Amino acid sequence: MKKTPLYKKHIECNGKMVEFADFIMPIQYSSIIKEIKAVRNSIGLFDVSHMGEIEVSGADALDFVNWITTNDVSSLKTWQIQYTTMLYPDGGIVDDLLVYRLPERFLLVVNASNHNKDVEWIRENKKGDIDIRDRADDYFQIALQGPEAEKIIKRIIKGDPAKIKFYWATEEEIEGNKVILSRTGYTGEDGFEIYGNPSSGPEIWDILMEEGEKEDIIPCGLGSRDILRLEMGYCLYGNDITKDTTPLEAGLAWLLKMENNEFIGKESLVKQKKEGITRRLVGIQIKDRTIPRHGYLIYKDGNRIGEITSGSHSPILNHPIAMGYVDKPYNKKGTIIEIEVRDRLIEAEVVSLPFWKNGTLKR
Amino acid sequence: MEILEDLLYTEDHEWVRKENGEIVEGITDYAQSELSDIVYVELPDEGRTIRKGEAIGTIEAVKTVIDVIAAVSGTIIEVNRKLDEHPESINEDPYEDGWIVRIKVDDPAELETLLDASEYNKLIKKE
Repeated sequence: MKKTPLYKKHIECNGKMVEFADFIMPIQYSSIIKEIKAVRNSIGLFDVSHMGEIEVSGADALDFVNWITTNDVSSLKTWQIQYTTMLYPDGGIVDDLLVYRLPERFLLVVNASNHNKDVEWIRENKKGDIDIRDRADDYFQIALQGPEAEKIIKRIIKGDPAKIKFYWATEEEIEGNKVILSRTGYTGEDGFEIYGNPSSGPEIWDILMEEGEKEDIIPCGLGSRDILRLEMGYCLYGNDITKDTTPLEAGLAWLLKMENNEFIGKESLVKQKKEGITRRLVGIQIKDRTIPRHGYLIYKDGNRIGEITSGSHSPILNHPIAMGYVDKPYNKKGTIIEIEVRDRLIEAEVVSLPFWKNGTLKR
Repeated sequence: MEILEDLLYTEDHEWVRKENGEIVEGITDYAQSELSDIVYVELPDEGRTIRKGEAIGTIEAVKTVIDVIAAVSGTIIEVNRKLDEHPESINEDPYEDGWIVRIKVDDPAELETLLDASEYNKLIKKE
């Protein structure tokens, strides 16, 4: 089991440690609900060092990254970031990831649970003059998330964080430690992610915890992170997207740049688009207080029409929320469906995403 | 983790308080801490007859869901309706405000099969 550079901080902060993707990670510190509210109302701090970083450089790096990902990397300026997917030739999803265009190189930030698989997949498809390096052990990654994020960052860097736009990054120094600072996150609130040398991770964690005291900063674990992303309708690999789902089915068509852009899996998607998808990932709101969970089955008029992929209680909306795949045409907003929960059916409604519509992230 | 000396316990992490041929049942401090953030408790109907080991309710926490298991056979004579509005009482005060059901016991001898505090303490140390 691997420990992140911040392991000792989690123990100091009374983190409840669990196994996740080969790492021992904090699922929560105080309370998942308290942590979610901190991020929505003020500020929360996450260790996300378990995420994998893969560096691609060389003369053909741009063409190669464009070939293995579905979005259009050539549209990125240096220090700009893009959310994208990697696909198998059949259109199934290898992973969803961020591509950072840095000077002379690309940094691919991938899911911890897919990290080894992704490195292998990228190496298998290697072409042209490129160099692929697994840099996962060379970075810590901390996410500072919440409406007060900019205020706190402003106090610890020389530059002006207001100039860092959503999905842009810059190089900065925090107490003499070089970091990559990007305006990104997985919560729907304004926020930054910080990458740097693992040895400086604990110091930067302490600086953020201290600087954020006035804003009542608290450390937040994987439990709150999962619900924050669900409230935004963001997909989680392994739940909402897998090798058996395509971006068209998952509502990620906006990550596909099909025109004048070739990528692995494109042919299958062109075909699927032409034939039409048969199921779609949707937002689901439950009428009572029972929580639908991953794997629960969805019915309409006695026929099975789909399955829940993520479900939880939303503390901010104070009712259960879920996402799941349903067969067409039941994906239409307002459709009443039923979910099987422990031998009974509960009523639910297909709703538009995100569930949480008042996030502070700066588009 | 708080374990009260004067209570009995089950291997499913329920506690039982004896009160004149009736028992009050809830889940232990250990159980609530493992569950964390309880958001909904589905309670059984009053008057229902139950058998030891039967699922008589469910507790939905943010991350997971568990059944409440009947510690003894008998009849449910009261449920804690305050949990409808304040399910978090179980997290905050599992042995008092967070009680779940009151049961009229069929056979008091069944109580002897439950764990005492020191046996329960050993059980959770193993987990």
